[in-house]
Amino acid sequence: MKLNSKIPSGPIEKKWEEHKFELKLVNPANKRKYSVIVVGTGLAGASASASLAELGYKVKTFCFQDSPRRAHSIAAQGGINAAKNYKNDGDSVYRLFYDTIKGGDFRAREANVYRLAEVSVNIIDQCVAQGVPFAREYGGYLSNRSFGGALVSRTFYARGQTGQQLLLGAYSALSRQIGLGAVEMYPRTEMLDLVVVDGHAKGIVTRNLVTGKIEAHAADAVVLATGGYGNVFFLSTNAMGCNVTATYRAYKKGALFGNPCFTQIHPTCIPVSGDYQSKLTLMSESLRNDGRIWVPKKKGDTRPPHEIPEDERDYYLERKYPSYGNLAPRDISSRSAKEVCDEGRGVGPGGLGVYLDFSDAIKRLGEDVIRDRYGNLFDMYQRITNENPYKVPMRIYPAVHYTMGGLWVDYNLMSNLPGLHVIGEANFSDHGANRLGASALMQGLADGYFILPYTIGDYFANSGGKKVSTDHPEFKKALEDAETRTKKFLSINGKRTVDSFHKELGKIMWDYCGMARNKAGLQIALKRIPEIRAEFWENVKVLGSNEEVNVSLEKAGRVADFLEFAELMCIDALNREESCGGHFRTEYQTEDGEAKRNDEKFCYVSAWQYNGEGKKPTEIKEELVFENVKLTQRSYK
Amino acid sequence: MAEMLHLKLKVWRQKNANDKGHFEEIDAPNISVHASFLEMLDIVNERLEQEGKEPIAFDHDCREGICGMCSMVINGRPHGHLAGTTTCQLHMHNFQSGDTIVIEPWRAKAFPVLKDLMVDRSAFDYIMQAGGFISVNTGGAPDANAIPIPKVKADLAMDAAACIGCGACVAACKNASAMLFVAAKVSQFALLPQGQVERKERVKKMLAAMDEAGFGNCTNQYECEAACPKEISVGFIARMNKEYLNAVTSSD
Repeated sequence: MKLNSKIPSGPIEKKWEEHKFELKLVNPANKRKYSVIVVGTGLAGASASASLAELGYKVKTFCFQDSPRRAHSIAAQGGINAAKNYKNDGDSVYRLFYDTIKGGDFRAREANVYRLAEVSVNIIDQCVAQGVPFAREYGGYLSNRSFGGALVSRTFYARGQTGQQLLLGAYSALSRQIGLGAVEMYPRTEMLDLVVVDGHAKGIVTRNLVTGKIEAHAADAVVLATGGYGNVFFLSTNAMGCNVTATYRAYKKGALFGNPCFTQIHPTCIPVSGDYQSKLTLMSESLRNDGRIWVPKKKGDTRPPHEIPEDERDYYLERKYPSYGNLAPRDISSRSAKEVCDEGRGVGPGGLGVYLDFSDAIKRLGEDVIRDRYGNLFDMYQRITNENPYKVPMRIYPAVHYTMGGLWVDYNLMSNLPGLHVIGEANFSDHGANRLGASALMQGLADGYFILPYTIGDYFANSGGKKVSTDHPEFKKALEDAETRTKKFLSINGKRTVDSFHKELGKIMWDYCGMARNKAGLQIALKRIPEIRAEFWENVKVLGSNEEVNVSLEKAGRVADFLEFAELMCIDALNREESCGGHFRTEYQTEDGEAKRNDEKFCYVSAWQYNGEGKKPTEIKEELVFENVKLTQRSYK
Repeated sequence: MAEMLHLKLKVWRQKNANDKGHFEEIDAPNISVHASFLEMLDIVNERLEQEGKEPIAFDHDCREGICGMCSMVINGRPHGHLAGTTTCQLHMHNFQSGDTIVIEPWRAKAFPVLKDLMVDRSAFDYIMQAGGFISVNTGGAPDANAIPIPKVKADLAMDAAACIGCGACVAACKNASAMLFVAAKVSQFALLPQGQVERKERVKKMLAAMDEAGFGNCTNQYECEAACPKEISVGFIARMNKEYLNAVTSSD
């Protein structure tokens, strides 16, 4: 298979403009003849559903939560980038483009990233018009702050709840279309499979999570906006329900999966406190402005922190990265924390934590100043840990946060399966090997509001509009498959719970395909994963029946897919013999421990093709061409 | 403080919407004080499943206090006794060994129980669909800085917009009123210049939808504010009443 990314020719700043003109249009009166299925109601899915319905398409939207407003975009704290240059500090579309492509360690497409930067300015306008209460200055104009990596102030925010406010904006636009009858909304409905007819995505199979009813839905196009797969690690900052099923099922039906090994580990999260832990809570990275990170010099030092004298502490980031110190970038900080803990110098329960100490800052600035800057975060920390961070240093540890990989899409956000569009975190396209802060919200809304509504029409206008109904044999087969699978889960009646398998898988992934990876470890994982999967299918216990609310059954379906997907991640990580962004192979590092890219051999996207159960997937390469930026080695010293 | 708690749970079990439902007593030994309330239920569920008993169904998702999905009445109080806290952010160090904890679903006519602690809150979506938006299509919005908004008003709008739509206000109210939820949305838009055009229509439509969905009315006891995990002020209810009065008594 040869991949066609459909990147338009011409100078980068003209590509999108000219492409929009080249795209075929659907007559306004004909739009109602086309139906679209949108799965997921986060920033990407909600904004796409609303925008497509406004254009006149018939939209059916699905989410597994009880309301579209709950999707996990809601949890994003920091902000959203936009090249508005309201601060007059030298920002521009080109600068946002450059920062993003460099932040991704040169593993993303130039054209996509440039377009993202270009439409970023429209997003802010749209959100303000919807009534999103962004932070403002006393003069009434919008306020900005700076964010990790950038030298300009371009991040718009709504207190520490930017994701919530943006999602509620998109949800209100979606609600309006539901009220008008233009969107048919299916909450508490989970996608179980994709239906492909004559090579085109024509529908999905779903399960109603209240009644258990398994149903088929046909449409002229399918849009997946189902988020990332961070929960393959069991513990992550993702919501409990986040899963890979929709994108993995599409992969099994022929869609290519791009760069699955690119995952982002966030350095400042509250550490795991016990084996009952269900998720990890992020603490804003801004804390590292005033907190100093350290561990004891001695291994297994169990003294309380205040009893450890200054000369027996190792402020390892300040020691190793004297110029950046505690503000070293995310991937470096995360890996360094893991290193000291692996050496046996970690603190807290299980030795998996490092101190983030504010005592110097409190001495220097006073408790009131610290409270003013970080009060809400300190409160949250105290609520969870029952420790007072004004008196005792915080304990932090890295956690899985975001997945840059996802289904492969072309410039039109369409996968290699015609009709299947993939937007937001679910696709692979814009963040390369590492995502910069405040860029995920930008991408979700760019895709949903300003890109897909243009490009999907081109598919309809070109595809000739062959209509398929759910009577088609492919739908019948997909329905049967879903029913058989459900019955299988309920009939195994083994001894272990679904969660116990998920936790076991998560530990393997964290140990061997987490912050640092190497050949030997990945080979262990590739041996263990099929064993766990085999045991799962023989020994999992799923109680209850299909025809009711059955949480274990829901989880069983998701974990079964994680158990297959995990293998693909490890295959990709093993295959990519270089370090870049979040993908750190210990064999490939510079003398001072930085990620060492191999642009000669790996300046491409790995798009994986499914070849059937038990068969190795085929790697299809999309070479990345850089016409505008120069590939450089990132250095933080 | 002891690291492990031994608790007695009295949990509402209800097979489906038609079942009458009952309390079930569940012994819960060895619960770490570091676990969250929902993790405590995860542990209990894991044990129930091992014994071949069906786990307790409850809604939850983000587990960081923002999605609004978790919803249970703990010892008679929605989201438990800690002020400004969702159930998922309530940790077990707030309980003592030997405690009996009574866990119930939201109870309101407009929120029928689906199973155990899980209720159907689609009535909130229905209210939003009636008018909880500014009618602006994608594209064509003016520059974001074209209309300055006084910081005080923008901040107040944000106070209202912080609502997570969990429904604790309804569960706390003896009338099962949704006034605080509706007032938060009405106030957010009424405070912003972008919301002015539809200001009167919006409040009328949203309140009509609220009545239609089967929520009760407000008798000013402020239980809603006390239960709200985001501490949304009842001052917004007064603001909404003013909005409504203005909408029905004045003409344009």
